[in-house]
Amino acid sequence: MPVGDWMLRLCYHPAASRHVTALLLDARHISKAFAGLRALDRVSFDLRRGEVHALVGENGAGKSTLIKIMTGAEQADAGTLVIDGVPLTHIDPHTTRERGIAAIYQQPALFPDLTVAENIALSLERGSVWRRIDRGARRRRASELLERIGVALEPDRLVGELTMPEQQVVEIAKAIGASARIVIMDEPTASLSDREVTRLFAVIARLRGEGVGIIYISHRLEEISAIADRITVLRDGQTVATRDRGDVTRTDVIRMMVGRELDAVFPKREVPIGDTALAVTNLSNARAGVRRVSLAVRRGEILGIAGLVGSGRTQLAETIFGLTPAEDGTITIGGASVRIRTPADAIRLGIGYVPEDRRQHGVVLEMSVAANTSVASLPSVSRRGLIHRGEERARAESYAKDLRIKTASVAAEVGSLSGGNQQKVALARWLATNPSILILDEPTQGVDVGSKAEIHRLMQELAERGMAIIMISSELPEILGMSDRIAVMVAGTIATTIPRASANADNVMAAALGH
Amino acid sequence: MIHRREISLLIVIIALGLVLAAMTPGYFARENLSDLFLGNMPVLIVAIGTTLVILTGHIDISVGSIFAICGVVAGIAAKATGSVTLAALAACAAGGLLGALNGSFVAYLRMPSIVVTLATMVGLRDALRWATEGAWVQNLPPAFQWFGLPQAWYPFLACAIVGALLVAMSWVMTRVAAGRAVYATGSNENAARLAGLDTRRVTFTVFVVAGLLTGLAALLNSVRFNQIPSNAGLGLEMKVIAAAVVGGTAIRGGSGSLAGTLLGVILLGAIGPALTFLGVSAYWERALQGAIILAAVAVDAVRERRATHSAVAATSAA
Repeated sequence: MPVGDWMLRLCYHPAASRHVTALLLDARHISKAFAGLRALDRVSFDLRRGEVHALVGENGAGKSTLIKIMTGAEQADAGTLVIDGVPLTHIDPHTTRERGIAAIYQQPALFPDLTVAENIALSLERGSVWRRIDRGARRRRASELLERIGVALEPDRLVGELTMPEQQVVEIAKAIGASARIVIMDEPTASLSDREVTRLFAVIARLRGEGVGIIYISHRLEEISAIADRITVLRDGQTVATRDRGDVTRTDVIRMMVGRELDAVFPKREVPIGDTALAVTNLSNARAGVRRVSLAVRRGEILGIAGLVGSGRTQLAETIFGLTPAEDGTITIGGASVRIRTPADAIRLGIGYVPEDRRQHGVVLEMSVAANTSVASLPSVSRRGLIHRGEERARAESYAKDLRIKTASVAAEVGSLSGGNQQKVALARWLATNPSILILDEPTQGVDVGSKAEIHRLMQELAERGMAIIMISSELPEILGMSDRIAVMVAGTIATTIPRASANADNVMAAALGH
Repeated sequence: MIHRREISLLIVIIALGLVLAAMTPGYFARENLSDLFLGNMPVLIVAIGTTLVILTGHIDISVGSIFAICGVVAGIAAKATGSVTLAALAACAAGGLLGALNGSFVAYLRMPSIVVTLATMVGLRDALRWATEGAWVQNLPPAFQWFGLPQAWYPFLACAIVGALLVAMSWVMTRVAAGRAVYATGSNENAARLAGLDTRRVTFTVFVVAGLLTGLAALLNSVRFNQIPSNAGLGLEMKVIAAAVVGGTAIRGGSGSLAGTLLGVILLGAIGPALTFLGVSAYWERALQGAIILAAVAVDAVRERRATHSAVAATSAA
C-alpha cells in the first residue's frame, strides 16, 4: 500500500484505520444467485492478519462461488466486501489484485512454454508493450521470491517440465511478488504427496509469519486441524458456523457440513430386486485413476455412488462405458464375462451413460431434439439403412411427452432448451437405446427444481421396470433419497458400501472424507 | 430442414440472372451455359467432398494436387490399357488412396488437418512434377476423349453424373446414419464418441471420399482435352472451400448442406463471366468473389451472435 494512501485513510477514516490492524478482509452478507438458483445466501466471512482460515463444505456448498466473488471473477448480488477497512464498491479481478488478493487454484494457471522467471514476470510487470525486457532482473526477482518462500527452484526451467507442487510454488511466488496479503488456496494439496504437503505447510507457516492471511479450502480435515487457526463451515450457500480450531472436533465439523433435514420429496419406493445385471471385479485403470474397483448392481436397484470431487467417480463410469477402457479386472453382464473397449461395445451390451457435463458430452447443441434422441439408436428408426424421418419424429415426440421435455417442437435445436430440458433430452437418447443398465452422472446438477423431481420420478419408474441404475451424485440428499445401496469412493476406489437402511448423511460424508 | 442461407443464396442468384437476362441475353446462350457448366463441374464435384471434410471440423487443402495426379494417372492408364473403364477406376483409386493417406494422419495420428494437407499439397505436387518432368500426357487414345461420345452429348452425360452424385450424396447426408455421424462428429466429437460413434473412422472416411471425388472430377475434366496437363488444379482448394463457406457450411464444422455448396459454386462460378458480359473488367472478378465470401461469413457471425444471446436469455429465464 502506498504510504500516501495509508496516511489519507488515517486522517479521514479513523474508524477504518482501527480495522486495518484487525481484519484484512471482511465479507458481509454476500448473496449470489445463478439463473434463479441461490448459490450464496447472506454469507459472512472474515480474515485476520497472519491467520489461516479454513473454509469447508460439501461439493456445491458455495465455496467456489464465495472465492469467485472475493477475487472479482463474479459479482455479488448483495452484500459488501471490505478490505483493510475500506468497502469496495466495484469488484473486478483487477481491483482485487491491486488490493492484495491472490488466488491459487488446484490447477495452476501458468504458461507451460515459458520459464519460471518469465511466468512470474508476466504477472507482475506493468508498462508499455514496447518496454525493454531485462532478463537478468527477471531471473533475480524470481530467485529472490522463491528464496523467500524457502524453495530451491531454478528460474530458467520451463514451467511445463515442473511437477504439480513446483507449479504451485510458482503461483505462490507470483502472489508474494504482487505483495498479496490475502492468499486464497483452493484444494492446494489435492495432487500432492505427503512429503510435498509438509513442504507446502512450511511455506504457509512462513507466509503467516509475515502477516499474510490465508484462506484455505480443503476436504482433508486432518490437514485443516493441522494448520487452520479458524474454521468456517458452509452448507447450501449459508454460513453454518465459524469456530476456533481448538473448539471443534472433526466429528463436529462433519456434522456441521451435512447437518440438514432430509426433505421427504424423493419418490423412492421399494422395488423387488432381481438378478445381478452388471458386476465388475478389481477393475483398474491407472491412467484414469481408477484402482481395483469391485461393485455389482442388480435389476431394479439404484446404486448410488458418493464421493468428493476428484475421487474418481466419473472416471469409473467412463471406464465401465469403454471411453477409457479398463486395463485390468473383469466386467460381467447378466452373468457373462464381457470386454468393453469402446462406447459402441457398451451400447451393444445394453449400457447407457448420461454424462456429467451435458453441454460438452451429453447433447449436440446444433442438432434437433429428434436427431439428438435418435443418435445412439439410429438402426431402430431406420429401414434398410435409411433414416425414417417420420418414425424418428414420432419416437422423439413420445419421449418428449413421457419425459415432459418442454420444447416448441422436436425439430427445435437442443441449444434453445433450458438446462433441465437438455438433460432430459440426454436421458431420452439413452432410453431410446433400451438399455438394461443405465449410468447417470450427476443427473440433476444445475437443473431447476421441477425438472429435478421429474428426473427422480423417471429413475424410480425405470427401476420398477427392472432397469439397473448406477447414479453418481455429489448431492447427499439425492444419494440418500434415491439409492438402495451407497458405494462411497475415495481416491479412485470404493472405500465402503452402505445399505439404504443404515445410511445417513454423517456416515456417508465421513466415509467420503476417509474417516 | 431448410436453411435460410440456401434461400437467400437462391434469391441472389435469381436476381443476378434477371439482371443478366435483361441486359445481356447472350449470357443464357446454350454454348455459354455449357461452357460455364463444364468449367465449374470439377469445382462442384470436389466441393462436395470438401464440404464433408469441413462438416467434420477439418480442412483439406491438398485437393488441387490430388486433382493433378489423378488426371495424369487417368491419362497414363488410358494410354497403357486403351480402356476408359480402367482409366476411370485408376483415377478414382489414386484419389481414394491419397485421401486415405491424409485421413490416416488426421484421424489416427491426430495431426491437425491443415498441416497434414499442407504437407501433402506441396509434396504431392512436387512429386508429380518430378515424375512427369513437367511433361503433359499426350497422344491419348480416341476412345478416351469425350468417352468416345459425340462432343455435343458430353455435357448431358456429365450433367447426369453430377446430378446423380449430388442427389445421392444429399440423400446420404440427410437420411443415412453415416451422414448423421458426420454432422455429430463435427458438431461435438465428445458427445458423438459417447453416443457410440467411431469418430476416427468417420474422419478417415470423409477424407477418403474427398479423395475419390477429386479423382472423379479429374477424370471428367481430363476427357475434355486432347492432352492432360501435369500442373492442373492450381488454386482449386481455395475455390472449393470458398464455395462451401459461401454455401453456409460452418468452418468449425457441424453445420452446412450440399445444396448450399451447389448454390455457392453456382454463384461464385457465374459471377466472373457475368462481369465480362456486363462489360465490367474481368480484373474485378476475384475482388467480387472475395467480397461475397466476406459477406457470407459476416452474415454467419452476426447470426451466431444473435443466437448466443437468445440462448443465454433462454437459459437465464428458465
